[in-house]
Amino acid sequence: MEQKTDTLLELHDLSVSFRMYERGASQRELTVISDLHLTVRPGEIVAVAGSSGSGKSLLASAILGILPDNATVRGHLHYKGEELTAERQQALRGTEIALVPQSVAYLDPLMKTGAQADGHKKPRPTVRREQLFARFGLPKQTGRLYPFQLSGGMARRVLLSTALLTDAALIIADEPTPGMSTEQAVEALTVFRELADDGRAVLLITHDIDLAFTFADRIAVFYAGTTVETAPAADFKEGPDALRHPYSKALWRALPQNGFTPIDGFQPVAVRLPAGCLYAPRCPHKTAECEEKVPPVREIRGGEVRCYRFTGKNGGCDVS
Amino acid sequence: MKRLIRIFLTYGIRLAALLLAVSIVSFVLVDASPVDPVTQYINGLGTAVSPEQRAEIEAYWGVDTPSVERYFNWLAGVLKGDLGESSLYRRPVSDIIGERFAGSLALMCLAWALSGIIGFSLGCLMGMYRDSWPDRILKKLCYLLSSLPTFWLGLLFLLVFSVWLGWFPIGFSAPIGVLHEDTTIGERLYHLILPALTLSLISFSQIALHTRQKLSDVLDSEYVLFAKARGEGKWTILRRHGLRNILLPALTLQFASFAELFGGSVIAENVFSYPGLGSAVSAAGLNSDVPLLLGITLFSALFVGVGNMIANLLYGIVDPRIREVGE
Repeated sequence: MEQKTDTLLELHDLSVSFRMYERGASQRELTVISDLHLTVRPGEIVAVAGSSGSGKSLLASAILGILPDNATVRGHLHYKGEELTAERQQALRGTEIALVPQSVAYLDPLMKTGAQADGHKKPRPTVRREQLFARFGLPKQTGRLYPFQLSGGMARRVLLSTALLTDAALIIADEPTPGMSTEQAVEALTVFRELADDGRAVLLITHDIDLAFTFADRIAVFYAGTTVETAPAADFKEGPDALRHPYSKALWRALPQNGFTPIDGFQPVAVRLPAGCLYAPRCPHKTAECEEKVPPVREIRGGEVRCYRFTGKNGGCDVS
Repeated sequence: MKRLIRIFLTYGIRLAALLLAVSIVSFVLVDASPVDPVTQYINGLGTAVSPEQRAEIEAYWGVDTPSVERYFNWLAGVLKGDLGESSLYRRPVSDIIGERFAGSLALMCLAWALSGIIGFSLGCLMGMYRDSWPDRILKKLCYLLSSLPTFWLGLLFLLVFSVWLGWFPIGFSAPIGVLHEDTTIGERLYHLILPALTLSLISFSQIALHTRQKLSDVLDSEYVLFAKARGEGKWTILRRHGLRNILLPALTLQFASFAELFGGSVIAENVFSYPGLGSAVSAAGLNSDVPLLLGITLFSALFVGVGNMIANLLYGIVDPRIREVGE
């Protein structure tokens, strides 16, 4: 497979499945992420947007190599052009790749937040941490508080600080903004923007599509454990005609400001994934081919899409 | 400071209430039992007494006074520090308790420290390597140990280590035929090892299993997942997050185990003929020595109560989440 060295992180046909034991000795596989395709380049913010429960957080764990023991990862993971093996993941975690986790539960309940933000590596970045806390509007004594004494928004900002205090080239932020006020969220994303402009990269996992539109460079639309389309953020601002996949278009139309139009059906569950395109059961444009085989990734107009029906011909909107 | 005084006052009142309740219950039980302290006392004298003398003794002991009045008489004595005189040893109960407790304390301290240190370290190791084959074997061993009766284990130890192997003495706290003043610390320790080991094995497995479970929960937590994501290694995680989160419940369990420790010492001391409080209480029970029995009951309630109190206090002092509620 061709490797571009200018990409920071490259995921090809990544699948994550879990072995589940049922009654007796029977075992089954639960595929949570399938055939995921994603590229992150230095200097950009890539948002992975999708509904809750679609396996977005597991994507972060898969990249960092911290999935539970009963998980299996298939496909290709490349970091800076080289394969991301378990040993490399271990060496890169916390130094090259940093995680911003979701909730206060990711903080040790019995350790003061200052010590937790500083981390286990010496020398401790205490002075920088205090500056960062101040920038995020955290009161001066926050470092001496325990996690249970923080509000939800404060905890998010502490979690964010943990990643910003590293010199990581890639920051994976898992839902970093809920619980923050609008100003705080904007401040957090401004920090991300600065980091990206500085040559680093941010993988923003979020269900807040509006936020992703505003701050991300590219948006990967996540559906049932796969990315159906990756498009420049500008395409999402333009509207459904600029988008490629039927699900992205439907997602756009479902936004409150765009008509709030829902689509029928549910996301398929991990135990019963369709054999072909994961969106086929709900897609009005599906053919027999769509239901049989997973469509390959194709590059069309500066974006990537997995769809047989969308070819980019006829003015780029043969599926509407 | 004010908070501290309040805490000690609250716990002091609770402890006093507990002791009062224990004293009433045990007094009622002894009073209702068929034990006849007077006959026991007379038997202890070793000489025949005439019926007149017996009547005199009965009058002296207050056999005809109502139970409630007798209880208050006894309680008044206890409050003044007078626990009465042991009919078995013919000496003040408080002296016997003090003397015997010194022996028991050495035994219990050693057993307590052994079970705490070994149990905690083993629990940590089991938790770190959970579901590996050594962990599985140790887990089964712990279940086995916690279901074995103390006296049986004690007898087994005596049989194996003292009788067959001859490594340890078969009983007592000092060599036979040597004056108490002439025994060395080494000799006493030598006599202490086997009973202490037996006693520690009762609570040891529980502490190990509890620590293992706690550590296992911690390792499955989201904050440990995040620590891994930040590049912390296995042992850094144990040091930074593991110990911090399991030490407190382990300490609490350790102090709350005073009851088992005391109960276990009664059995262990009897098996090893070790002269401590435990063997005194069974002697008092078997010989109907009511004052001694009541005295030791009160004392053991105090001992266990203090242990639980320390456990409670520790939680409040160490855990910031509880500390804040207190403030």
